[in-house]
Amino acid sequence: MATATTDSLSAHSFRVGRILWRELTTIAITMFGLLLITFLIARVIPIDPVLAVVGDNAKPDVYEAARTELGLDKPLWQQFAIYVGKVFTGDFGKSVLTSQPVLTDIKRVFPATLELATLGTLIGIVLGVPLGVLAAVYQSRWPDQIARFIGLFGYSIPIFWLGLMGLLLFYAKLGWVSGPGRISVAYQDFVNPVTGVILLDAAMQGEWDAFRNALSHLILPSALLGLFSLAYISRMTRSFMITELQQQYVIAARVKGMSEARVIWRHALRNAMVPLLTVIALSYASLLEGSVLTETIFAWPGLGRYITNSLLNADMNAVLGGTLVVGAVFIGINLLTDILGRLVDPRAR
Amino acid sequence: MRGIAKRIAATAFVALMATAAYAQTPKDTVVMAKQIDDIISLDPAEAFEFSGVEVGANVYDKLMGVDLANKNALIGELAQSWTVTPDNLTYAFKLRPGVKFHSGNPLTAADVVYSFQRAVVLNKSPGFILTQFGFTKDNVLEKIKAVDDSTVQITVSKPFAPSFFLNCLTSGVASIVDSKVVKANEKDGDFGNAWLKANSAGSGAYSVRAYRPNEQYALEANPAWYKGAPKNKRVIVRHVAEPASQRLLLEKGDVDYARNLSKDQLAAIKSRPEITVSQGDKGYILYLGLNQKNPNLAKPEVREALKWLVDYEALERNIVQGTYRQHQAFLPNGFLGAITDKPYKYDVAKAKELLAKAGLPNGFTVTMDVRSVNPINDIAQAIQAGWAQAGVKLELLPGDGKATLTKYRARTHDIYIGQWGPDYLDPHTNAETFAINENNAEDARSKTLAWRNAWEIPEMTKTTLAAVLEPDSAKRAATYGALQREHQKVSPFVIMFQQIEVAAAGKGVSGFIIGPSSDTNLYSGIVKN
Repeated sequence: MATATTDSLSAHSFRVGRILWRELTTIAITMFGLLLITFLIARVIPIDPVLAVVGDNAKPDVYEAARTELGLDKPLWQQFAIYVGKVFTGDFGKSVLTSQPVLTDIKRVFPATLELATLGTLIGIVLGVPLGVLAAVYQSRWPDQIARFIGLFGYSIPIFWLGLMGLLLFYAKLGWVSGPGRISVAYQDFVNPVTGVILLDAAMQGEWDAFRNALSHLILPSALLGLFSLAYISRMTRSFMITELQQQYVIAARVKGMSEARVIWRHALRNAMVPLLTVIALSYASLLEGSVLTETIFAWPGLGRYITNSLLNADMNAVLGGTLVVGAVFIGINLLTDILGRLVDPRAR
Repeated sequence: MRGIAKRIAATAFVALMATAAYAQTPKDTVVMAKQIDDIISLDPAEAFEFSGVEVGANVYDKLMGVDLANKNALIGELAQSWTVTPDNLTYAFKLRPGVKFHSGNPLTAADVVYSFQRAVVLNKSPGFILTQFGFTKDNVLEKIKAVDDSTVQITVSKPFAPSFFLNCLTSGVASIVDSKVVKANEKDGDFGNAWLKANSAGSGAYSVRAYRPNEQYALEANPAWYKGAPKNKRVIVRHVAEPASQRLLLEKGDVDYARNLSKDQLAAIKSRPEITVSQGDKGYILYLGLNQKNPNLAKPEVREALKWLVDYEALERNIVQGTYRQHQAFLPNGFLGAITDKPYKYDVAKAKELLAKAGLPNGFTVTMDVRSVNPINDIAQAIQAGWAQAGVKLELLPGDGKATLTKYRARTHDIYIGQWGPDYLDPHTNAETFAINENNAEDARSKTLAWRNAWEIPEMTKTTLAAVLEPDSAKRAATYGALQREHQKVSPFVIMFQQIEVAAAGKGVSGFIIGPSSDTNLYSGIVKN
């Protein structure tokens, strides 16, 4: 008896180990492929990376010195090998644009994007899911029309225009929120950057005035991103719910005399939640890449602008570092969705 | 669970409502909204972009300066007096007594020697401004010497015009750094370069308090500055990329200055009487470069025709009003020898005539590389429409800044719409690039704008090179005047505009000085009432 248990246990842990190993190799291969492709793309774009270091007017000797320093005189494969070798020792190199180690840069810009994306996604979920459910329940009637309108609005209005109009109305005219930037000058030294997420740092240090100020800076850009993800989430919720509401278990529940609210929110939505999680995760991940336009309008020092700016200047280390982060975020969120999906799915219990 | 959710919602609501109470910018702190993502380094020996140089101008002092109130005439700053030997080879600078660095260290001749030595040895982008006088990393300590604690002696390699050498000493690369502090932060013989990229060791009006790339820099006033304490305590410059956002911040009073307003925003804020706009001529020249490798563009009649085909007036009025002014010579206003002649205006008939003379009565097709930013984009499109009137079909090739520049530097363009900023406050900086091409071969050592457009000018090169050796300033100015008039006639450069830098100030804010270059944009006089 005892031996049998041990056997099955070790077999089990062996299986877990194998799954884990497989996952890890997949991740490693994905990351490596990501690096290789990004590296090649960045090398074939017709931009001379040396210009980012020395500017337009540099004399030839300065130019050559910078070129050698960047290692651009070496063959392409060698440059890549050197880079990957360094990454394994945790050295992501320096960004030529900011003259700082890429890791330092990313530690600075990623929390800004994280803050924006998280609040934006929360807004998208809290408003988008109920809206989608209502649209499905009242299919083709006025709640559905309203939901469709909001979805279309969020999808089709250029975020650049919407952002400026939002600033004009809520910041300049009404004064409900603060303007571009993450925090007002008067508060900026009150909060020590621990996590880099100002809201968290302020709350942990009990700086509630700074917290409110940061929140009032955050609310408009994240509402904007929220509208975008709301549009997507509500539309997907609607279609998942319509499928679920036609299932036999819904009819069965109704026949059993359950209240309509219980049928919809407890039973149908719970089942719709499984595919919906993937949708939400994808939308969250895409916001975590950083939204270049939103960050530009709101003077938000986030990841999107960092990577874009680096790419346009052929700042290799920064682009590769940023891409790795985005890749890691996607993989991490995928894993998380898998786990959450298993927890939420009633059939999996 | 429910209770917590309710409480969170309530907290969020209260928090939001409470934000209506505003934090205005503190009285003694000046806040600017500006595009500062061009900064590569704050080290004065390396900074060579507009924003980085501007920081240096407010943090460091130099031996020489220019008197903005008196036509940018040379004045001594850290140099109390100076002499030059009759052969124009050796200069002696007597330092102003009692000047102290932010650290409290006294500023001595040893600091001057160290500062120039590190700029020459590091030889970063602006290094040539000093090395063009013959300093190399091997001879710099012989050529630049401390005679005693307060006297520096400098020997240049050729009898250059003293105005040329002294003008170069007003540029950021000639800033004097605190040698003790910088040496303490040296790493692997880098002359403190890594540390100075984000810190400061100067004697100027401010010290760098904090710098976060692409986000902001904060400067702290130096009450012991030798010119007198700045009129404010702190200057914070925040990176706001979008001009429309800058305008909103200014109108709400969240920033005191908006630095990158475009024509539309400038027109819009005219209705706000509390906002004042100050401006200054900047040295940046906007021009078209016509590559002489293109057989059509190489014809002198075609070059001239294209100059008659730009509607300078309409471009200024409709696209760049308030941010650029018409200018058709390679030396910007405010420089020694600059001329204001504007021989060209929009004249289709004349252009057609010239094209016919060149054997192209029906025009021709040509491409232009255009950075896809405004106003460059809009200008290019307007030019395209104007040229079509004479049958010249202009194809625009939009691209990102660094991509078009890479192509331009490789001389594979037809036409490039470009901007040139002077490197230092002496006419030679522009004359060199627009009117010198010592070797038109692909592997030339010196790749000036004339080279980039494959323009062979042995005679003009000689004249321009001679001008830096002319000791008499009036004669020097006359040479540059003649050079520019000749250049206007024959060159493959359609020079169109000179930039005006504009700063819009909020209610009760004044005193920001916009000089002719980033080296002379000064914060110390800014007051808030």
